[in-house]
Amino acid sequence: MIYEPSVLAVVVFFAFVGVTLGLSFWLGGKAKTSEGYFSAHGQIPWFINGVAFAGDYLSAASFLGICGMIAFYGYDGFLYSIGYLAGWIVALFIVAEPMKRLGKFTFADALNSKFNSPGIQIAAGLSTLVVSVFYLIPQMVGAGVLVTPLLGFPHWVGVVLVGVTVILIVVTAGMVSTTWVQFLKGSLLVIFSALLTFMLMNRGFETSEGGADGHKLRTLGPFSAETLEDDLGKDKTTEDWSVIPSDAAWEETPFVRLKNNEGAITVWKKESTEADKFLLTEAQSLTKTTEGTVVVNGLIKGSKKGEPELHPVGHISKLPGGQEKTGPLGLLSFFSTLQESEIVLWPKTVIKEEDGSTTTVYYQKPTPGSQVLRPGEHPRFKGIRSNNPIDKLNFVSLMLALFCGTASLPHILIRYYTVKDEAAARKSTIVGIVTIGFFYILSLYMGLGAMTSGALDVTNSNMAAPLLARSIAEWLFAAISAIAFTTVLGTVSGLILASAGAVTHDLMGHLLHVKMNDAEQVRVAKISSVVVGVLAIILGILFKDMNVSYLVGWAFSVAASANLPSLIMLLFWKKTTSQGIIAALIVGMVSSLGWILLSEDTFTKVYGLSADAALVPFSQPGIVTIPLGFLILIAVSLMTQPKKKL
Amino acid sequence: MSDSQTNRLPLVLFGIYLLLYAGFIVINLFATELMELTPFAGVNLAIWYGFGLIVAAILLAFIYGVTGSRHDAQANEAAENKEASK
Repeated sequence: MIYEPSVLAVVVFFAFVGVTLGLSFWLGGKAKTSEGYFSAHGQIPWFINGVAFAGDYLSAASFLGICGMIAFYGYDGFLYSIGYLAGWIVALFIVAEPMKRLGKFTFADALNSKFNSPGIQIAAGLSTLVVSVFYLIPQMVGAGVLVTPLLGFPHWVGVVLVGVTVILIVVTAGMVSTTWVQFLKGSLLVIFSALLTFMLMNRGFETSEGGADGHKLRTLGPFSAETLEDDLGKDKTTEDWSVIPSDAAWEETPFVRLKNNEGAITVWKKESTEADKFLLTEAQSLTKTTEGTVVVNGLIKGSKKGEPELHPVGHISKLPGGQEKTGPLGLLSFFSTLQESEIVLWPKTVIKEEDGSTTTVYYQKPTPGSQVLRPGEHPRFKGIRSNNPIDKLNFVSLMLALFCGTASLPHILIRYYTVKDEAAARKSTIVGIVTIGFFYILSLYMGLGAMTSGALDVTNSNMAAPLLARSIAEWLFAAISAIAFTTVLGTVSGLILASAGAVTHDLMGHLLHVKMNDAEQVRVAKISSVVVGVLAIILGILFKDMNVSYLVGWAFSVAASANLPSLIMLLFWKKTTSQGIIAALIVGMVSSLGWILLSEDTFTKVYGLSADAALVPFSQPGIVTIPLGFLILIAVSLMTQPKKKL
Repeated sequence: MSDSQTNRLPLVLFGIYLLLYAGFIVINLFATELMELTPFAGVNLAIWYGFGLIVAAILLAFIYGVTGSRHDAQANEAAENKEASK
């Protein structure tokens, strides 16, 4: 799609960023000491901290990734919402209060509270850095994705813009400003998502024959294979069209390519009807040639409105009882209506042509609402409907990583040090759960609303929520996009701060044995923030084409495998030793990272290799590497028990 | 409520949620077709159970919050009484 920035969107966007930065500079004066910089002197009120939890947690993956996945595949995206929220139960009931009681600045402090071991501090610091950097990548990719339609800039400009703004926020005032930015962003995200959902339900559903640009998707036929060319000539609209013979790349596909009298090639999908007959339904195609030319639906892609572009998609083809429009819907009738409807989804097939160019074909798939609203339709959740035990294990492994990952994320854990005591830590977690839970309920409405909005960009699932807003009102699009951008800003600031804390407290002090006074600690943290920020910018540009929620899945798996076994065993097993914790941290981190790098998902999506070449049986490591962390900790702790004095 | 009861409460609440979450995964894996049933208001079990898990998390968090606050108040009162009796 071609995105042209609107003046309103640009004004609202810069107003948001301006307020965020202004707040940051204003609060900057309040954090002169290292305690102020890293933990806001432990003086953040619990309610503010609770909403800031939501601000930290509802990242690009939650807002952009989940809505996008629901919009393209239905219910399966909501499985992420369920798993992400379930993780907060571990945080509340197991981790919150002990974290506050045991630690001071970082997660490593809590782990090391009983041992005073430099090894724990270094291993936990490294783990914090690795998880934070993994989590940073999808946030930066999300930033680039957002800026393109909003401001009309290329992807890399968005990444640099977020990187520079966040570095400014973090360097200015540390945890105080980061917390208030998170509070602001968390509140606005939930309020505007609720408003968007309300307006969506008020609009209701209606049937159409195409997307929001008014293009009616055509169906030709029925034809038979032998007489296709002759039959096309009998119709006035297709009389000058010819069929392009299928070469090796197209032969096995269900598509037919037709060339019109102006030479433009369009792609159509064959749908069988009666014996030996088929219909041709209009598909969309995007070809990238070896010279770098981009061709959409047979014409060179334009750069301004009105020039050739892919049509926006996502429509309802049938409503219950043959209705054309429902009118306003309620919270439950929204789902019951969709359950009885037929929705046109847009799967894709990539075809590598003999001349080296690549064509992606997006085709219509009319799908019953009952199928859209059931789990197991997305390839990542195929284990639900598969009889293959390996696929089932992969599903359980992902749900386990989501459950265990939240309470192990460094930028969430450090937020327990910004409140004054354990009761405040508990209360702020409860506020966080309520805010995040409410948002995740809205995510299902927003995702399904986007699916049927006619505004989806087939090439970019991450844009579903902002484009849904645009289909309702331009000002809502501007506000939602700006909030999504501050969403990225907030999460990135938290992650950079967690990394800076790990470098300053855990690595500089214990690995390099550098003694620093208070002012030096703050200075080192600020330099670390700049370095991590620059690294995040580079990775955000390099990983541009990766799916945001897929990348977050990596971070959850590594966090859960590396950090959770040590945290849990420290709290519940008296025989835990420092050596056991160090071994669990390192083995959990290395095994989960190694598993991800050797998995089918990474082989196909990152290396561009065949899935058969993958060296591990399924993609999600959690079900193997989380128990492995526990086992290693128990085994090493038993081998290193202190000798009892006789 | 005694200290030991307060210490046990979060683990009990955690156990309840763990069972609900595990139940959701088990149904998805071994009785997938159940998720397609529409037991109430034309909405399928997958949505009811998913929303139920979110609402259950919020309810359990509130239960813990209320009991935890009572315990905090009792602990503060006990500390103040101890201070006063010195």
